[in-house]
Amino acid sequence: MIRIEPRQSSSRLMTLGIPVLSAFVALALAALPLAFAGANVTTAYQEMFKGVFGSTFAFTEMLTRATPLIFTGLAAALAFRAKLWNIGAEGQLYLGAMAAVAIGAGAIDAPSFVLIPLIVLFGCAAGAVGMAVPTVLKSRFGADEVVTTLLLNFVILIFLQMMLEGPLKDPMGLGWPQSPPILDQGMLPPLMDRMRVHSGLIIALVCAGVAQFMLARSVWGFKLRAVGENAAAAKHAGIRVNRSLMSVAIVSGALAGMAGVSEVAGLKGYLTADLSPGFGYTGIVVAMLAGLSPVGVVMSAVFIASVFVGADSMSRAMGVSSYLADLVVSMSLLCVLIGGFFARYRIALVKTPKGEQA
Amino acid sequence: MDILQILLSESFWAASLRIATPLIFGVLGALLCEKTGVLNLGIEGIFAAGAMAGWMAVWLGAGLWGGVLVAALAGAFFGLIHAILTVPLGLSQHVSGLGVTMFATSVSYFTYRTALPNVSSPPRIEPFQPLDVPLLSDLPFLGPVLFQQTALTWLAILMVGLVWYVLNRTPLGVALQAVGDNPDSVDAQGLSVYGLRIGAVVAGSALMALGGAFLTMSAFDAFFFGMVNGRGWVCIALVIFASWKPGKALLGALLFGAFDALQVRLQTEVGALLPGQVFLMAPYILSIIALVVAARKADYPRALLTPWFKGQR
Repeated sequence: MIRIEPRQSSSRLMTLGIPVLSAFVALALAALPLAFAGANVTTAYQEMFKGVFGSTFAFTEMLTRATPLIFTGLAAALAFRAKLWNIGAEGQLYLGAMAAVAIGAGAIDAPSFVLIPLIVLFGCAAGAVGMAVPTVLKSRFGADEVVTTLLLNFVILIFLQMMLEGPLKDPMGLGWPQSPPILDQGMLPPLMDRMRVHSGLIIALVCAGVAQFMLARSVWGFKLRAVGENAAAAKHAGIRVNRSLMSVAIVSGALAGMAGVSEVAGLKGYLTADLSPGFGYTGIVVAMLAGLSPVGVVMSAVFIASVFVGADSMSRAMGVSSYLADLVVSMSLLCVLIGGFFARYRIALVKTPKGEQA
Repeated sequence: MDILQILLSESFWAASLRIATPLIFGVLGALLCEKTGVLNLGIEGIFAAGAMAGWMAVWLGAGLWGGVLVAALAGAFFGLIHAILTVPLGLSQHVSGLGVTMFATSVSYFTYRTALPNVSSPPRIEPFQPLDVPLLSDLPFLGPVLFQQTALTWLAILMVGLVWYVLNRTPLGVALQAVGDNPDSVDAQGLSVYGLRIGAVVAGSALMALGGAFLTMSAFDAFFFGMVNGRGWVCIALVIFASWKPGKALLGALLFGAFDALQVRLQTEVGALLPGQVFLMAPYILSIIALVVAARKADYPRALLTPWFKGQR
């Protein structure tokens, strides 16, 4: 008979090894769809590798792609630690981006050292409001935040289209639904000449470091983890659960909003309705692959960004659909889930006692 | 034309029922999963998989009902993945569901793109036609509203009755409900908790996929990326609104359909006063409001979201 037994403790090797293994299993599984599409599998993997590590430009493109994923990954990781299911990072990202262009595209004319902090502040605040609302609905009315954040993503996206055809529309945009550009002094400075990688990456890394420290060492982080592990016990111990949830909701929403700020004020310069190819949802995969650890988020964001950039370049070279990247990303989420099972439980073969033959 | 005139028109009610049809399938499927204790957030992706698989089967020459069958099987397949991850392995139902949504969506999109790499406009199929029931279709008002719908709409309504009957009038239904409330008691009676839950999730997912199939085989005649557009998430909200009752689920889906049909008509009436997006937003906001209103009163299956392991109390 087969029995599932919880492990006494999961080793450090497993907590680190399983996500890495899952990521590579998912990458290896990509061979199936590649073969299905009739591509030469070895060449395809070579093209993917070249697409990320083949040149300085390719590598910086990967880092550019990783930047918003670090933000949305952190947003999901912190919220999920408190068992607050923020699936609304996609919408919060757009709220942040809208605030960034509302402030930065000419409404305020100020030097960089004033304008950039203002853009960041308003972008984060907009994202935070986006997550505070469903959190209030959860704690006041018991409305499941999974459903409300998911539905709000659609509301916000439609609101964005309304803004881009209305108050945020660029009068010089030849009728396209896009915002006016952010002022030059409002743009996050690039990190390298002639490359698109920008200082949003530095902000993302700092955020990851701060989040790691706060989660592990601060009272705030302790409360957050206690609420996530057992809300009833945390309440019993005198932690104000709703207040703790609201604080993590604000931080999580602000981080997602920052992803929008970083994309619009670091990379694109102006806002369109296709700013994010699902960075909010991919952030969930990033967070899960990182085992909800903020430092891990940086590593898994780099992995996921490599998959996207590598698969894009491969699909251009070989004509395989670039949806392959989404396929690998979704498979890595399922793989890391299954891997997490083996980290927590072991499957034991229990000898059936005699006389009780099956 | 004012609102009253809209509400009294045949075309409005016919449209309401048409819009409600995929939601009826989806709500029933989600309800069946959740009744046994498993939240299935794979729904959004399973809709996409049903829409793509059903359409593609017909496009390859399988016939319309063949397409419906293929869609249901595709839904059952992705449901099985969710069931294995959440029932015997007891993994997070939230994360597994989202993973299944991403997986099913990307499999569908990748398959579609690989089969049709260079199409500018999506190829069309000959979709289900409205049933023309002799005599009944000619009834005033009821004729156009009820008897000129396609066969899939009728199948959806039939399914409401079937799910209600199975859940409330059969021993299987008693076991299914019990497994969502108190799995230990079901286990004590020698029934398989795993079997009941996996079966319900697979069957529920097949129902969800029919909702997707309706989109490509009845409402439209082609497959588009992003055509599911949050319908799955709306269903999850409607299940709570319906307090896990099939009859109320039908009512919820119809109300939603009526509201959606109304907003389209209001948009053409008073479109000059408000931007069109206000109307597009309304159905999603309505779902959130319905959820907020119903959340506290809802009769949650007590073991919802709680994994159960054999031999562990």
